[in-house]
Amino acid sequence: MYKIVEKKELAPDIYSMDVLAPRVAESAKPGQFVIVIADESGERVPLTICDYDTEKGTVNIVIQAMGCSTKKMVSYNEGEYFKDFVGPLGKPSAYVNEDLEEVKKRKYLFVAGGVGAAPVFPQVRWFHERGIDVDVIVGAKTKELIILEDKIRDVAGNLYIATDDGSYGFNGMVTGLIEDLVVNQGKKYDYCIAIGPMIMMKFVALLTEKLGIKTIVSLNPIMVDGTGMCGACRVTVGNETKFACVDGPEFDGHLVDFDEALKRQAQYKEEEIKKLKKVEEECKLEQQGGVK
Amino acid sequence: MDRFTRVPIAEQDPKVRATNFNEVCLGYTEEEAMAEAKRCLNCKHHPCVGNCPVNIHIPRFIKHIAEGEFEEAAHVLAEYSALPAVCGRVCPQEEQCEKVCVLGKKGDPVSIGKLERFAADWAREHGVEVGKTKEKNGYKVAVIGSGPAGITCAGDLAKEGYDVTIFEALHEPGGVLVYGIPEFRLPKDIVRHEIENLKKLGVKIETNVIIGRTVTIDDLMDKEGFHAVFIGSGAGLPKFMGIPGENLNGVYSANEFLTRNNLMKAYREDYDTPIKVGEKVAVVGGGNVAMDAARTALRLGAEVWVVYRRTEEELPARVEEVHHAKEEGIKFEFLTSPVEILGNEDGWVKGIRCQRMKLGEPDSSGRRRPIPIEGSEFEFDVDTVIMALGTSPNPLIPSTTYGLEINDRGCIITDENGQTSREGVFAGGDAVTGAATVILAMGAGKQAAIGIDKYIKEKYNK
Repeated sequence: MYKIVEKKELAPDIYSMDVLAPRVAESAKPGQFVIVIADESGERVPLTICDYDTEKGTVNIVIQAMGCSTKKMVSYNEGEYFKDFVGPLGKPSAYVNEDLEEVKKRKYLFVAGGVGAAPVFPQVRWFHERGIDVDVIVGAKTKELIILEDKIRDVAGNLYIATDDGSYGFNGMVTGLIEDLVVNQGKKYDYCIAIGPMIMMKFVALLTEKLGIKTIVSLNPIMVDGTGMCGACRVTVGNETKFACVDGPEFDGHLVDFDEALKRQAQYKEEEIKKLKKVEEECKLEQQGGVK
Repeated sequence: MDRFTRVPIAEQDPKVRATNFNEVCLGYTEEEAMAEAKRCLNCKHHPCVGNCPVNIHIPRFIKHIAEGEFEEAAHVLAEYSALPAVCGRVCPQEEQCEKVCVLGKKGDPVSIGKLERFAADWAREHGVEVGKTKEKNGYKVAVIGSGPAGITCAGDLAKEGYDVTIFEALHEPGGVLVYGIPEFRLPKDIVRHEIENLKKLGVKIETNVIIGRTVTIDDLMDKEGFHAVFIGSGAGLPKFMGIPGENLNGVYSANEFLTRNNLMKAYREDYDTPIKVGEKVAVVGGGNVAMDAARTALRLGAEVWVVYRRTEEELPARVEEVHHAKEEGIKFEFLTSPVEILGNEDGWVKGIRCQRMKLGEPDSSGRRRPIPIEGSEFEFDVDTVIMALGTSPNPLIPSTTYGLEINDRGCIITDENGQTSREGVFAGGDAVTGAATVILAMGAGKQAAIGIDKYIKEKYNK
């Protein structure tokens, strides 16, 4: 059992949770993920690691309540326990194992969409801790869905905000803002790291390919075990089939077959809708019933 | 009934069981077990013992059953095997002990597997305690993986007095017994009972620990003070064919399909994990895993074909499983191999293009090699394809453990004691041999336990 030691609401339906998992906290690196199972009947839900504290032994995750399982998970309160919490899974970001001097020569741009801001934060901080300034774009549908703005501002070089409805910062999609920075403001980037919804990463990759910026994306496809056993997370990268859980989750964005990945992501949509209604009822009951 | 005919065993009616996940075989009653046991000739040279990978003294336990001494029978089994209730169900007895039974020369061999199952079930149902442990000796051993190899190695070492911790990557212990083999062939309550027995021996189990990610073998030995490590991490990586269309929606590895159903209990309404089975399912492959996937899809309501490139004679699956599958209504397309999976415009499977095969000369496996017949391609409509082509060991542990050698198939290299190229690190089961059987993994776990005991005693002058 893994205790939730802190829970915060970051935005409507988006929660941050610190979970006590010392072994995971000890080994976690930027770019990796965990799998969380809420209770006995729960799914194995992959979530990107947002932060880790080796002293307290906690791992921070950010959950957006969208499907049955994430709704169930955000209904848990401080002091309650998740049944299972396993990780860190996947490979750390490539720069973690590269020659630091080489990394320092490059100019990085991070692009976060929605809850993608959460996994972007520890990456930006990794650079900050090594004296490297990176630029960060955080985008969301509307102002109230922009999360972790202050935390990211503290560790970023420049932070740019974009909202689809123009309620805050740049008026438009993150792709519009990237174009504005590079084409209009003459900024130069060697690397772009984009983390967010699959559709956002697809369009960021299309744009950066045109702009000649190497791009890394972090995929979060359907998976079961997360250790290479099931193959549900198959993704085509440069005409080769890769398992996102063990070969990724980060891949060269210009080589990923996003159209296939988008279709594969929708594989259990019907089942999800069917179960959603039922689980919503259960979630309510659990909220009333307390610890499972 | 004459001595050469088996006492028949009760099974769920095929029509009924095709719609549920309850166990197919219902087991012998006490009277039936005694009658079957009395068929054993108790012959002096007992060839069955030599053909058992863990050399269970088969005539001894059967004699106890014949005399109604069921508890004694269970004690005999426990001397040799940590998992008799499991092996009685999933061992390929027809290829091992029963194959060489003297009675088999003139009639049916003794139902050794079914009697093993009977004795183990009887002991479980009557609360018989079978494990005894020596005094704790203070040496720590880490066992990686809680499948048949790990359970056996851990159990044997705990009985010798070692302080054993099992590290399991998934959230439930049991390995392939839990995620792979379906409920209708091996009820999970039985696996849980065996795991509880292990805990009674003092074995600690840490689930949700992925060796190579959560913690490395180097850390276990250098920082956590383990004196030796046993790797029983199995062969978990699924193979695909590499044909066009394999990434369409509706194509699953058997591992995914079975894990969703068995470990995640997707067949139950009250569990959250979804499973999709279409109306028409093709399962590609001919092993026990292919039969398990086919029979699971059938129980979830689909019409199922097994597509296999050789003939019925070469099917690697157990005869009993093939027989059960046929009874339940699984159809077989022999001498057939897929060349492409066809999809619709939304990215879902709509069919499979296959070619017919003929058998040529024997290949390295000794089986006749299937050769495609030119111009024999045909299509048939399915909406789900399950690939059951075998599995290989996960590279995670070798790639994160200093000095651990593997062969070109990714299998860990060991000597006959299970010792790897790294001092103090032993391995056994599918991680060493590639995908094989439960009983062979148990045999390897047993061997490695002896090897570890010897290694620690020599090194620390115990």
